[in-house]
Amino acid sequence: MSTENITYTSSAAQPNDPYANFSDPAEGGRIFNVGGGDWDSITVDPESDSERIVVNMGPQHPSTHGVLRLILEIEGESVTEARCGIGYLHTGIEKNMEFRSFTQGVTYATRMDYLAPFFNETAYCLAIEKLLGITDQIPERANVIRVMMMELNRVSSHLVALATGGMELGALTAMEFGFRERELILDIFEMITGLRMNNAYIRPGGVAQDLPDNAVEKIREMIPLLRKRLKDTADLLVDNNIWMGRTVGIGYLDLTGCMALGITGPVLRATGYPHDLRKSQPYCGYENYEFDVVTENTNDAYGRFLIRIREMHQSLRIVEQTLDRLQPGPVMIADKKIAWPAQLSVGSDGQGNSLEHIREIMSESMEALIHHFKLVTEGFRVPAGQVYTAIEAPRGELGCHLVSSGGTRPFRVHFRDPSFTNLQAVAAMCEGGQIADVIAAVASIDPVMGGVDR
Amino acid sequence: MSQVPVVPEGVSQFEVFHVREGAFGGTGSGDTSGFGGLVELMHMPEASTRPFGGWFDEISDELELSLAAREVNAGDAIEKVVIAFDEITFFVRREYLLSVLSTLRDEPGLRFEFSTGVSGVHYPSDTNRELHAVYHLMSMTHNHRIRVEVVTADSDRHIPSSVSIYPTNDWHERETFDFFGIVFDGHPALTRIQMPDDWPGHPQRKDYPLGGIPIEYKGATIPPPDQRRAYNS
Repeated sequence: MSTENITYTSSAAQPNDPYANFSDPAEGGRIFNVGGGDWDSITVDPESDSERIVVNMGPQHPSTHGVLRLILEIEGESVTEARCGIGYLHTGIEKNMEFRSFTQGVTYATRMDYLAPFFNETAYCLAIEKLLGITDQIPERANVIRVMMMELNRVSSHLVALATGGMELGALTAMEFGFRERELILDIFEMITGLRMNNAYIRPGGVAQDLPDNAVEKIREMIPLLRKRLKDTADLLVDNNIWMGRTVGIGYLDLTGCMALGITGPVLRATGYPHDLRKSQPYCGYENYEFDVVTENTNDAYGRFLIRIREMHQSLRIVEQTLDRLQPGPVMIADKKIAWPAQLSVGSDGQGNSLEHIREIMSESMEALIHHFKLVTEGFRVPAGQVYTAIEAPRGELGCHLVSSGGTRPFRVHFRDPSFTNLQAVAAMCEGGQIADVIAAVASIDPVMGGVDR
Repeated sequence: MSQVPVVPEGVSQFEVFHVREGAFGGTGSGDTSGFGGLVELMHMPEASTRPFGGWFDEISDELELSLAAREVNAGDAIEKVVIAFDEITFFVRREYLLSVLSTLRDEPGLRFEFSTGVSGVHYPSDTNRELHAVYHLMSMTHNHRIRVEVVTADSDRHIPSSVSIYPTNDWHERETFDFFGIVFDGHPALTRIQMPDDWPGHPQRKDYPLGGIPIEYKGATIPPPDQRRAYNS
């Protein structure tokens, strides 16, 4: 065993580092303890007969839907108080984006709510486009592709909600089915973007590249199969006595509660209120598609489950319409000062810029080379100001508050992630119920911790 | 070579982000391009004057009348109105924040019943107005969105808590406190939410470093992202 003292010396590179002078406690250094607050008042007297105990559930727990920590005060099997501890997946995405160009920021945004990457990218890109004033110049084909990818993504996200929610309540077949069906969609994503998740496909001004030749055909083939399989999954659970016993009347939250707590998405629509930003404040051309806003009147976990099932069918309906609307054309804005210049292709040495593009910039057009160089190294400037754009993500309203200082990087990006806000409902849904119902309630909110903590 | 840039004519209130000098990030070497002499004033959109156009006028009239009915002088409460990028922002003085928010929520003609949260922004160059708390409100009834912005000095980081009006702002205010150090007075439990409880500093502030270590790859060293050479932004 080494007897060397652990000493961290101050780094000249980071003058503000508060841990810079941290040293070994044995040497009289600073010690941090978890304490204070109201911890003393909730310590239970060991002599008391009360069964009231405080249970810390998570963050590493298979049923808490990710690294969510639930702090439950229980009396026997009843939950008297429920609180959430979050932050275990905080990665500083918003801070990091301030140090990268606007286009590079897509790569960060896509990693927030990792089950709904296309929604994160779209919210962020719509904000940039609004600041640039180019919302109307986005090519039709790019908008159709965005809608198609988002709706496919909504299906895959809801499938995970059913799969993990089912698993947490013991319905393991639902999990097998959900993840199997999701794979059909991820294969489509991989074919179009090159990646299953974290796609960084939707870019300011359009999308990263056009659909491959066989994409439309493949999606058309996949939809009937997916419809059939969705029906199988629904048949497993919809009229299933055990499933209903676990979810009907559980996690109750009515419209008043939703409005006060800022809850959106399936949880809000399960109260019978048909709020959907795709209808009320359309973006990306959603006003051109026919679909229904699905609602239920049950206010409970079962209603949210039914809504997700039916929303997947509506999403597939939209995907079919996008396939019919796809017309040949550009997928990136015409403005050469903003449009990312290159298309990608796969060569013998891996993925890279297409040979046509390399030929153009290296031997045909000096302007193309300049634009390529400036856009890739510096990026484009975005006028100073702030905007807020919101879209209907699978879990509710995903907002992006973007502040630009007129430079090539965001001055501040803040994402209003629906999972973050919806998690506030845990106390309202769980207190007074059984401890087993906490799992059902949290699963019905379907929080994704990557989005909660960012 | 610092020059004081000329303030644009007709602009009364605006917030200067910073003065950009030169086109490229490098300093210290000789400037042979002449671009090093560029000076540009970066500022936020300035205050708007009436008529605002569209439904912005109706909302502003309704807000002023409703505030008057509640014996609040709209001129005192609302510092300025900024309309930019098709969005309206009411800059509200912090003493009046709660009365403005409750008016916005309760008046039938306004009915901004839904808050989509609080977001902080740190403008180090906006002297004595460094910290901004930005509230995004939506009226589902009238299908409008507005923004309410409150500014406070870094030396006096206090803003009243809006949790009593919009309970959803509970976690959002905790997050803004965590990241910017703005103290929301009257919040039921203002503790850190993302960072560990004993974390020193408020990470989203501009004076807080991004962090990171230099990476060595095949003999070359790449500094962390906030210390790399970059274009002026």
